[in-house]
Amino acid sequence: MTVGAARQLLSVEDVGIRFGGVVALDGVTFDIREREILGLIGPNGAGKTTLFNCLSRLYQPTNGDIRIGGRSILKCPAHAIVHEGIARTFQNVALFQKLSVLDNVKIGGHSRGPRSVTADVFALPSCGRRERELTAQARDVIEFLGLTEVEKKTVSDLPFGTQKRVELARALISRPKLLLLDEPAGGLNHEEVYALGDVIKHIRDRMGVTILLVEHHMGLVMSIADRVVALNFGRKLAEGAPSEIQTHPDVIRAYLGGDKK
Amino acid sequence: MSVLPDTSIARNDSTSSIGIRTILLRWSRPLALLVLVLLPLAASDFVTFQLTMLLVYAVALIALNVLTGFTGQFSLGQNAFFGIGGYSAVIVVEHFHLSYLLGIPVAGVIAAIAGILFAFPALRLKGVYLALATFALGTTIPQLLKLDYIEQWTGGVQGMMIEKPMTPLGLPLSQDAYLYYLTLTIALGIYILSVNLLHSKTGRAMLAIRENETAAAAMGVDVAYYKTIAFGLSAAFTGVSGALGAIVIQFVSPDAYTIQLAVAIFLGIVIGGVGWLPGTIVGAAFIVFVPNVAESISKGLSGAVFGVLILLVIFVFPRGAQQVCDRLLGVEHKKD
Repeated sequence: MTVGAARQLLSVEDVGIRFGGVVALDGVTFDIREREILGLIGPNGAGKTTLFNCLSRLYQPTNGDIRIGGRSILKCPAHAIVHEGIARTFQNVALFQKLSVLDNVKIGGHSRGPRSVTADVFALPSCGRRERELTAQARDVIEFLGLTEVEKKTVSDLPFGTQKRVELARALISRPKLLLLDEPAGGLNHEEVYALGDVIKHIRDRMGVTILLVEHHMGLVMSIADRVVALNFGRKLAEGAPSEIQTHPDVIRAYLGGDKK
Repeated sequence: MSVLPDTSIARNDSTSSIGIRTILLRWSRPLALLVLVLLPLAASDFVTFQLTMLLVYAVALIALNVLTGFTGQFSLGQNAFFGIGGYSAVIVVEHFHLSYLLGIPVAGVIAAIAGILFAFPALRLKGVYLALATFALGTTIPQLLKLDYIEQWTGGVQGMMIEKPMTPLGLPLSQDAYLYYLTLTIALGIYILSVNLLHSKTGRAMLAIRENETAAAAMGVDVAYYKTIAFGLSAAFTGVSGALGAIVIQFVSPDAYTIQLAVAIFLGIVIGGVGWLPGTIVGAAFIVFVPNVAESISKGLSGAVFGVLILLVIFVFPRGAQQVCDRLLGVEHKKD
């Protein structure tokens, strides 16, 4: 599936992080290639979310580096990460609950365009023009994700599955190179999970977005990921195609338990 | 892609009275404006004075709404910015002999600077801690105004007088009426600026911070920057309102700007509906008139009556005037 030149987009190099005496990540290294869907799996406490938070700049790794397009992102503040082409969703949906779908998506487009406090307060023509552009862009993404009918609804009134799609729309409007998905299947029923899998594939195929999928739900990961990285106790256990990972003895042991605790 | 789930949960429009509602919604603002323009023509000087104070508080409530309603940052120290605005205006007009019309924006700028300076430490604080820090500001500033050091500028404990501005250009208005229309114009201006803000990129960034800071940052919203802007703008508007208040009352003193004023302003936005700009008029009316009503019910227990009235409002209509309005119009969820 990694057709043609599978160039690397992001590289995680020997990333380690410790909280007090606890080593949460230890020398994790892998690449994310352009236009691939990379699954990141592991049992509870394996370090998936910690790694995710390093990528989205909520945590600072104690050692190692994370580079996108050869440039380190470790000096970016969290709010600048979107300018490096990285967008994300949250584990339990972190939408702006009291705002409409359209407003949520428009906030996702915040990084497109300069700050404009004066123009905004005085409603200068430049503000109106940018506002119309942003609304049009937001409507495109909303349509892409099949949310047009609910665009005026307040997010808190929507079912969880729909909220997940709103969150995808909010992430996609920034036109990211890399989309980080933190357990997108959580809280969804069986059918919704596979519908979501289709949406994720659709995003990669149609928009050319690379996707890092941190996920508990094996079925989803195995059905849509091109490659999978498995973590356990903060270390990389295995890396490879879904079929290889599924039969990898270390991975099986990590999930089912074995002699090694 | 999956079929769209049923999303028709929050519908609540019964079709029968929709015509009246639409008319009400469309005309409520021009109508309110017309009432505000015509009111002083029928009112005594004292009532005009009260109405002017109502508008002054309305501006202070809009200002706190920018900070708390839009951005979600609590402040129990708005009296500080109100006082800074009031003193600045009086000093600029009385000591530097600038015109009133210049004194008011200067007061806004000085208060804005104070607000931005205060934002730097405040950025590190959240929730109750921020409320406490602003409370500290609100208790400190009135005391500082009493200092001997700056007495030649501030008049110390006694405060300072300022004259009412003369009606300019030979307009056929009493001084009180002129002051009313000046305040109305400025209040309207600030109202419009705030509405502009709310419907803009900057306003949405503020709402995003209110709703979820982590998510806002992930969207590229520079949280510290927009909080600073919110503090600055809020302080500027509060400063303008303080300047107008000082001119209307013709007097500034440290005791006019105690923490009680901050509590009143905070109460005002809750009564009006937090984040709902039209509610600021209702909140301001509550601040100006309800203490009098309480006093007319019982002179000795006016404070208790006032307290009971507040409790009634927050139990029956926790979202304040916004909720009353929504109910009248049959809207289930609304934001503006």
